Amino acid sequence: MYQDLFYQHNWDDVKASIYSKTAHDVERALGKEKRTLEDFKALISPAAAPYLEQMAQLSHQLTKKRFGNTIQMYTPMYLSNECQNICTYCGFSLDNKVRRRTLSDEEIIREAEAIRGMGFEHILLVTGEANRTVGVQYIKKAIELVKPYFSHIAMEVQPMDQDEYEELIEAGLNTVLVYQETYHKEDYKKHHPKGKKSNFDYRVDTPDRLGKAGIHKIGLGVLIGLEDWRTDSFFTAAHLDYLERTYWQTKYSISFPRLRPFSGGLEPKVEMTDRELVQLICAYRLFDEEVELSLSTREHPIFRDNIIKLGITSASAGSKTNPGGYVVEPESLEQFEISDERSAEEFAEMVKSQGYEVVWKDWDLALQ
Amino acid sequence: MDQLVIADKTFNSRLFTGTGKFMSNELMEQSLLASGSELVTVALKRVDVDNPEDDVLAHLKHDQFNLLPNTSGARTAKEAVFAAQLAREALGTNWVKLEIHPDPKYLMPDPIETLQAAEEMVKQGFVVLPYIHADPVLCKRLEDVGCAAVMPLGAPIGSNKGLKTLDFLEIIIEQSNVPVVVDAGIGAPSHAAHAMELGADAVLVNTAIAVAGDPVAMGKAFGQAVEAGRAAHLAQVAQPRVTAEASSPLTGFLNQL
Repeated sequence: MYQDLFYQHNWDDVKASIYSKTAHDVERALGKEKRTLEDFKALISPAAAPYLEQMAQLSHQLTKKRFGNTIQMYTPMYLSNECQNICTYCGFSLDNKVRRRTLSDEEIIREAEAIRGMGFEHILLVTGEANRTVGVQYIKKAIELVKPYFSHIAMEVQPMDQDEYEELIEAGLNTVLVYQETYHKEDYKKHHPKGKKSNFDYRVDTPDRLGKAGIHKIGLGVLIGLEDWRTDSFFTAAHLDYLERTYWQTKYSISFPRLRPFSGGLEPKVEMTDRELVQLICAYRLFDEEVELSLSTREHPIFRDNIIKLGITSASAGSKTNPGGYVVEPESLEQFEISDERSAEEFAEMVKSQGYEVVWKDWDLALQ
Repeated sequence: MDQLVIADKTFNSRLFTGTGKFMSNELMEQSLLASGSELVTVALKRVDVDNPEDDVLAHLKHDQFNLLPNTSGARTAKEAVFAAQLAREALGTNWVKLEIHPDPKYLMPDPIETLQAAEEMVKQGFVVLPYIHADPVLCKRLEDVGCAAVMPLGAPIGSNKGLKTLDFLEIIIEQSNVPVVVDAGIGAPSHAAHAMELGADAVLVNTAIAVAGDPVAMGKAFGQAVEAGRAAHLAQVAQPRVTAEASSPLTGFLNQL
């Protein structure tokens, strides 16, 4: 389990190591064909800032070689904003006194039809973490309901046990996104004081349970803004490295959500500039040529338009972050405010105008 | 005319092509037409077989192209067989490029699952072209179970590194009773020409065309390189010699005795 490896690292030591990297370390990392975690530290360090253009050029080349001139499209479908956790940074937090909403079977189908009508074949099902209302059986039913509309089903819900994942995979689930939020254990506790999510170890071992269950793809990431992004990203990369070695039949993707405003919101403890986000994206690509890098609508349109060529392989568009947001109840509570409000069609046109093929379908349930 | 025959089809072009990674389906179509390729592989996972208007398939509707559905994404023999059945029903072809790579990082083919799937698919009437490592014994085993061709890799998929498995490709070509198609890793027309000079029956190229600066021109260049390589093979390429061949033999005096 990753836990065993995780506790061999000390947060402060890792942080000090990243911040002590020099131009020489960065140049050595850039000159290699295969890069180690130590090289990754150099690439995300302040010392790499002057090398950003070189990193971007390399990231562009490597991404093109592996993924071609394509961007894969997906969109989230929020099933519920019920949540039993208190999280300091989330609109769904239990202590946020707003009306809750969980979609019925008929509403799920209406939302699925609307999303399919926008062209999407890859869907991401999202809920808060509320086992009593949106537990395994609810999600399993949701998967069965949306299966006729989509060729690829992903989910971002509460962490589960291995046997529960196995049941959902059997039902048609392909991908699970599970973000650690932060690998800083003490801060994690501060941001998640109540609910099952407050169990750091259970969450950090979730990808292990997914790997053992035989999931096709796992999405990792931290919420950028909670802690030092460089140190958190190192732990994400170390987690990825461990998972790729251990569950070698599983694919991986990385996301880099930056904290966005929401109802009752928290100000980021650590700001990450656009320039730094580009550095991080390029560093991930240089570290791992095969990992999928995903971009959400949290980022503003100008940034999204320009980042397409720098290492990204998939993007969401036309997103609604509230249950029923597409047609059922557009005004229900959203998880966070999106920044890019363009329609899927507008975003796809922009991608095409940059010389990229928009891929709507890249999986088939027949293969599961 | 030096044609290639695989199962029930005859090809004038020995360049097989892939359809992924292009900037657009229009560019893919133009590039593949320019290449002269007559066998085009398409991933089942990328096409909507239930949609007669599917954009990828719409751009491949040319008499020049024969479709070769592939099972990319399958991790087991069972998944690959099921995918092949679906493709046969939807696309109306019993040809299949068998791909089983449980390792999504380097897309290395699984020899055990591939052999199992190939045997089952042949029994079910498929024309099976398996993508495999450059493993001479595995190639013979696949030939034994009835594969129509074998497709050993030159280097990891998409790596553009050329014929890194050269020594093994030479053995496979020497021993094979079915066509040998070098698939994966070919990054430049010179690599394709080299494979053809060695005696490969065909090559399959995707990334090197799709991500070239000018994919249409690169498609054409690959077509020409494959033709040149094949012509060189038929003309019997001069072999480098390890021993000197003196114009005045030292043993000539023996004829005088």
